[in-house]
Amino acid sequence: MAFSALKILKEGFTGNRGWSPHWRDPVLKKEYDIIIIGAGGHGLATAYYLARNHGITNIAVLEKGWIGSGNIGRNTTIIRSNYMLPGNQPFYELSMKLWEGLEQDFNYNAMVSQRGILNLSHSDAQHDAYARRGNAMHLTKSGAVLLDKSGVQKMCPFLDFDNARFPVKGGIWQPRGGSVRHDAVAWGYARGADSRGVDLIQNCEVTGFQIKNGVCFGVETSRGPIKAKKVGMCVAGSSGVLAGKAGMRLPIESHVLQAFVTEGLKPIIPGVITFGAGHFYVSQSDKGGLVFGGDIDGYNSYAQRGNLPVVEDVVEGGMAIMPMIGRARLLRSWGGIMDMSMDGSPFIDKTHIEGLFFNGGWCYGGFKATPASGYCYAHLLATEKPHPVSERMRLDRFKFGGQFDEKGVGAQPNLH
Amino acid sequence: MIIDHPILGPRDSSEFVYLGDACLIDRPDPLDRNAEKLFYEYQYLRDNIAGPMQELWYHEQGDRSWLVVTRNTVTHEISKVELAREVSRSRGRSK
Ligand SMILES: Cc1cc2nc3c(=O)[nH]c(=O)nc-3n(C[C@H](O)[C@H](O)[C@H](O)COP(=O)(O)OP(=O)(O)OC[C@H]3O[C@@H](n4cnc5c(N)ncnc54)[C@H](O)[C@@H]3O)c2cc1C
Repeated sequence: MAFSALKILKEGFTGNRGWSPHWRDPVLKKEYDIIIIGAGGHGLATAYYLARNHGITNIAVLEKGWIGSGNIGRNTTIIRSNYMLPGNQPFYELSMKLWEGLEQDFNYNAMVSQRGILNLSHSDAQHDAYARRGNAMHLTKSGAVLLDKSGVQKMCPFLDFDNARFPVKGGIWQPRGGSVRHDAVAWGYARGADSRGVDLIQNCEVTGFQIKNGVCFGVETSRGPIKAKKVGMCVAGSSGVLAGKAGMRLPIESHVLQAFVTEGLKPIIPGVITFGAGHFYVSQSDKGGLVFGGDIDGYNSYAQRGNLPVVEDVVEGGMAIMPMIGRARLLRSWGGIMDMSMDGSPFIDKTHIEGLFFNGGWCYGGFKATPASGYCYAHLLATEKPHPVSERMRLDRFKFGGQFDEKGVGAQPNLH
Repeated sequence: MIIDHPILGPRDSSEFVYLGDACLIDRPDPLDRNAEKLFYEYQYLRDNIAGPMQELWYHEQGDRSWLVVTRNTVTHEISKVELAREVSRSRGRSK
């Protein structure tokens, strides 16, 4: 079933009776070429690109819950390629390019909306740092505009420019940043993978690995053992627990990140605004809700819910930079479990066990990475060689000083 | 979360700074033959436990003591709070 404007029109006139399920509920086989553990955005994208780019379709994606039940359905949907370091920026720019062609590519409306992202600056030093970042972004042709105070005023007149502690001096604007409908990304990739023959198996938890003499040849699951030539872990916040079943310790801690949404309001926020100094960022959904968040709670957690001090901290940040937010009523808040790495950067790599691969460490920024992560992980799984833009995302990089710490804050997950 | 400080009684967790797994008390011996490997593992690798976990909290906004808090990372329930000094003494570390 292909989507088109004509099809939607026809269905609209005929009672919407012609739609079919977006993917099958397949029978689990005993053996696959590749098993991907975790049907989040990254796992589904990996399966999709394995099929689309490498012609490998004898794949199962095993998901302990339902598709979209993890962070792919919990994030604040921001996409951007405004990084700086060589290990990161080319990767995130690839991701941005894939976002730009994604909907045509998988024939699904993911509501990719490039309405821009603005990072505020509050001092000369920060402004200089943004000039440097902007130049780094130009190296990958990602596009960046350095704004002075009046430039920001034109765009967001409602900010508290004369804030006593953090007066707004300017900012850096990436016009190509924006937001995407997160669930639709999961559904689009799921549908695209399924239609190419990939088996999406929900309610199937991986409980262990079949490993002999340093070679992985399958997994144990809640629905019995399954054999595979290659197994790819892709479980985001559950990475530590899953890798532990293969006897691995990772440079990752699991932390909780909260997010918030208000009642629907008329359009007011032009794109995404980040107030890093006050630990607050905000955008507006198509339904009109202000979607905002701040820092991780800061302690290890698998609880998928946070605590009140961080709620207070985030809301204070919002009130400080954008006082009008105090008039909006909060509808919901929720939390997701982040795979926080030691340098704040991710991993797409082989493990020391043959046939077992790892994708994780996405911290609070893995949504924007979804297309490139799937693209590069598929490349690694298919060819056993890292894709050039993800080759620094090695699991053993801390052994030889290969870490890349975008913010330069040090080796502790709750600092990132 | 409320941390029941052994000296000061119940305190809000936001008065504390979080360092992480209390295995960080067991700093390797820099003179060990495998010191490089041991420090790599000490600094960068974690068990990342889902369940009861011993962790280090620093009472920055209070008496500046280090505590070992046993907390369930799945439920956030705190079952035990000790002074880190005493925990490390009992492990034969500090004098
Ligand atoms: C509140 C919040 C806001 C965020 N905001 C942004 C943002 O604005 N921009 C951005 O770029 N990123 C953001 N992120 C981060 C982003 O959501 C994640 O980095 C990304 O979604 C992680 O990849 P994923 O989609 O594959 O993860 P998930 O969707 O979590 O997928 C992992 C899947 O693995 C499954 N699983 C786990 N264990 C097993 C097992 N043993 N067997 C089988 N299946 C298993 C889980 O059920 C889950 O479905 C945010 C995250 C949160 C929580």
